[in-house]
Amino acid sequence: MTSQSSHAQAADGAMISMAGVEKWYGDFKALTDINLSVRTGEKIVLCGPSGSGKSTLIRCINHLEAYQKGEIRVDGILLGDRAKTIDAIRREVGMVFQHFNLFPHMTVLDNCMLAPMRSLRASKAEAEATARRLLARVKILEQAEKYPAQLSGGQQQRVAIARALCMQPKIMLFDEPTSALDPEMVKEVLDTMIGLAEEGITMICVTHEMGFARQVADRVIFMASGAIVEEAPPAEFFTAPRHERTRQFLGEILRKH
Amino acid sequence: MNYKLDFTPVLDGLPSLLIACLGTFALALGGMVLAIIIGIGGVMLRDSRIAPVRWFIKSFVEVIRNTPFLVQIYFIYFALPLAGLRLDPTPTAIIALGINGGAYAIEIIRGGVQSIGKGQIEAGLALGLHKAQVFRLIVLKPALRAIFPSLTSQFVLLTLTTSIASAISAYELTSVAQQIETSSFRSFEVYGVVTVFYLVISWLMMRFFGMISTRYFSYPVK
Repeated sequence: MTSQSSHAQAADGAMISMAGVEKWYGDFKALTDINLSVRTGEKIVLCGPSGSGKSTLIRCINHLEAYQKGEIRVDGILLGDRAKTIDAIRREVGMVFQHFNLFPHMTVLDNCMLAPMRSLRASKAEAEATARRLLARVKILEQAEKYPAQLSGGQQQRVAIARALCMQPKIMLFDEPTSALDPEMVKEVLDTMIGLAEEGITMICVTHEMGFARQVADRVIFMASGAIVEEAPPAEFFTAPRHERTRQFLGEILRKH
Repeated sequence: MNYKLDFTPVLDGLPSLLIACLGTFALALGGMVLAIIIGIGGVMLRDSRIAPVRWFIKSFVEVIRNTPFLVQIYFIYFALPLAGLRLDPTPTAIIALGINGGAYAIEIIRGGVQSIGKGQIEAGLALGLHKAQVFRLIVLKPALRAIFPSLTSQFVLLTLTTSIASAISAYELTSVAQQIETSSFRSFEVYGVVTVFYLVISWLMMRFFGMISTRYFSYPVK
């Protein structure tokens, strides 16, 4: 399926463009000919069965995973193997992980101040002001002096979102941000993400929260076996999926919910 | 048994024994500082991109951990002068203790570093921090916390190992005790008192490390 090839030319205004990206783990091909272009401000939801390569795909964008073929550009910068360009891109791309990955030995506030101070060389006062502002935005400022282990999963994930935002990224990547949460905490995290989406940041979310996809996504992309199978605006994706594998997947996921 | 206890020589020598304890503490603290530097540095270099550096660290750990401390300290004190490096007993003892403790510290700290989840490292990298920053700011403290009890017992052991420095007449408790024993022949009394001193020294060391632990590693974890 190459319906997305029209995006592959990395037209001007593309915040992220991936062209012919392939990745192997040894003999196993994890990504096959990925062509994807994301416009500035666009919200993409990436879904698919486990092992389909969705996490691998977004982890290639900030080079947590290396890829063997193809080209990725982020905000015009070609992502190569050089540490300098990788660092430059990582400073523009925020990432939120399934397991939050807050630093346990630092308070919530210090978690948020660390990277701006060390990576962007912000002053302590600046970093603290930014951190407090963003912690307020994810409605958790009153926990600023606590340690991660003293917070619930949902609270930790909101801190993780604030921490990523403190770097003032142009792009936010979400890697199954609600999968490790107890059901009653999913909503608070999704609400935070919806608020963020409304402010116009470019977002790619790997998630199975189809309600979120319907409400927020400009495009839903379905992956299977390391390749992009289908992509469409949510209305079309959910009501008229073109591929058998997509229908199958949607059947399973909607039955679960 | 008609050995009559006579503590007079020990009591006469008490001031010099107490001062010798300071020598023991100095050797122990010097050795520990060096050991922790070698330990942390060695863990970082063990995964260096340069293969000979990795080999050097691994061979260093193997050689030190599989040879006796007495031979190591003799090597530095008696063999190195032949190669032109002559050191006094006290610096020799500190260096030997640091090298020996450092080799064990590398292995202990490495275990702590390995216990840190990949997610922590990835979170640091994704925030734009360099690899060295990730190690120093994110990995190191939780890693040290994880292995701090093992490191404590290793360092108590290092403290007791200072007694072997008496073999090169470094100034510390055991060598002073030997002098009193040689001149008085009151072996039982001298080494009985010295044993109690070492117990107190060990206990103080454990208290010291307990305080460090409370001060730096008491953040809550799940």
